Amino acid sequence: MAKVPVQFSLNGEEKAEFVDSGSTLLKVLRDKMGDTSPKGGCLQGTCGSCSVVVDGELRLSCLTLAETCDGADIQTTAGLASDGVLHPLQRAFMDEFAAQCGFCTPGMIMAAKVLLDANPDPTREDVIEALSGNVCRCTGYEPIIRAVLTAARSNSQNAA
Amino acid sequence: MPLALKTYATIAEAGSALKQSDARYLGGGTLVVRATNEGDVSFSTFVRSNDPELSAITVEGGRAMIGASVTMAAIASHSGLKAIAKAARAVGGPAIRNMATVGGNLFAATPYGDFAVALLALGATVHTTEGELGIDEFLAARDGKVVSAVSFAVPTTEKFRFAKVSRIKPKGVSVLSIAALVDVEAGKVKDARIALGCMADRPIRARAAEKALVGATLTEEGVAPAVAAIGEGTRPLTDAVASSWYRGEVLPVHFRRLLLE
Ligand SMILES: Cc1cc2nc3c(=O)[nH]c(=O)nc-3n(C[C@H](O)[C@H](O)[C@H](O)COP(=O)(O)OP(=O)(O)OC[C@H]3O[C@@H](n4cnc5c(N)ncnc54)[C@H](O)[C@@H]3O)c2cc1C
Ligand code: FES
Ligand code: FES
Repeated sequence: MAKVPVQFSLNGEEKAEFVDSGSTLLKVLRDKMGDTSPKGGCLQGTCGSCSVVVDGELRLSCLTLAETCDGADIQTTAGLASDGVLHPLQRAFMDEFAAQCGFCTPGMIMAAKVLLDANPDPTREDVIEALSGNVCRCTGYEPIIRAVLTAARSNSQNAA
Repeated sequence: MPLALKTYATIAEAGSALKQSDARYLGGGTLVVRATNEGDVSFSTFVRSNDPELSAITVEGGRAMIGASVTMAAIASHSGLKAIAKAARAVGGPAIRNMATVGGNLFAATPYGDFAVALLALGATVHTTEGELGIDEFLAARDGKVVSAVSFAVPTTEKFRFAKVSRIKPKGVSVLSIAALVDVEAGKVKDARIALGCMADRPIRARAAEKALVGATLTEEGVAPAVAAIGEGTRPLTDAVASSWYRGEVLPVHFRRLLLE
């Protein structure tokens, strides 16, 4: 099987790998680059647990071919904490008990992150819309919505 | 299973590469990559083109030209396409909209293809590697040509109506979708193009209802004949979301609401 080179930035670090042509980004991140934060839930685009940010946009890594990300800037939940300090979203997910089994959490956090980057002061409806492609089987969503709103408030306090 | 992705600089080259029987065009991949994840072995090569023209939106002189690789998110946020933004926003959740292309939507099997329903009502022109054709004709065949763009006259917000009905809010697969381009002059409908999603294996026109609407006023009584005719010629889909019977029952209800909104 022909291997093809792919090169991109993952959480600020330059990465280069030879991958099987046609491999999904999810597979390359997890199996080749050791970033297991994106989860493979359905591999059909329906659960959102594999969500990552590619060049500032939320994408499903299970439906994205790694080769199409050559030269891209990719962010995953694994890159959010810096020097052991959690990102406000990670903090808020803990404080609001927004993770139970935790399987949906990295996808939820990336979907919430692109929302807060574009709209630091979202309404409850904005949050629901932003998370509408992500499924959670545990929490019933309320704690997750609360966590995103809490993170937005803590961000604006930090900025003030 | 071995797979390969071949990227071509021009649409024409991608068009010739697609003539191989084991090749499939790769748009945003939300349907084709899903198919390979599910074990579809009917093709082994993905073909795509990264020609910048495929990602361009131009709105000029009242007409819009949208490249086939343009995503639903890009259409929904374009300042010149506000009148049809609703139809682009109806597709999937945020991540799907960042990936789902116009080209792919034209080929999506029912229950998908909500944006194609809008394009059918708009009477769009489909530009392919083998020439241009009207959307009615295009949808009837949907064969192995590469779509490079779609173009249409941009409607006013008042003229273009769109509704997608789903059972999960705010995002869910269509029970049905309806797009209508209704031209009203001096209180009476002068012209109407109505397109339906989930009412056949691909988006279809509701020609009987279109006819019944011409000359009508958009009142409860005025729209009644069109509402009565909306199901004519439809063969609604049965899937996990709704049965054919259910889809047929609720179609007139939603069509009436759309006309009277
Ligand atoms: C979770 C989920 C939710 C979805 N929700 C919706 C929804 O609400 N509404 C809806 O309409 N759809 C929905 N879809 C289906 C799909 O995402 C859209 O229809 C999308 O527009 C398909 O575009 P794509 O670029 O991803 O297509 P691809 O998967 O890349 O391609 C689809 C088909 O079109 C062909 N093709 C693509 N581009 C071209 C081209 N330029 N020329 C020739 N052939 C081409 C491909 O070969 C393939 O056969 C959903 C999908 C998923 C996974
Ligand atoms: S694993 Fe990608 S959406 Fe479920
Ligand atoms: S916490 Fe278990 S799926 Fe969301």
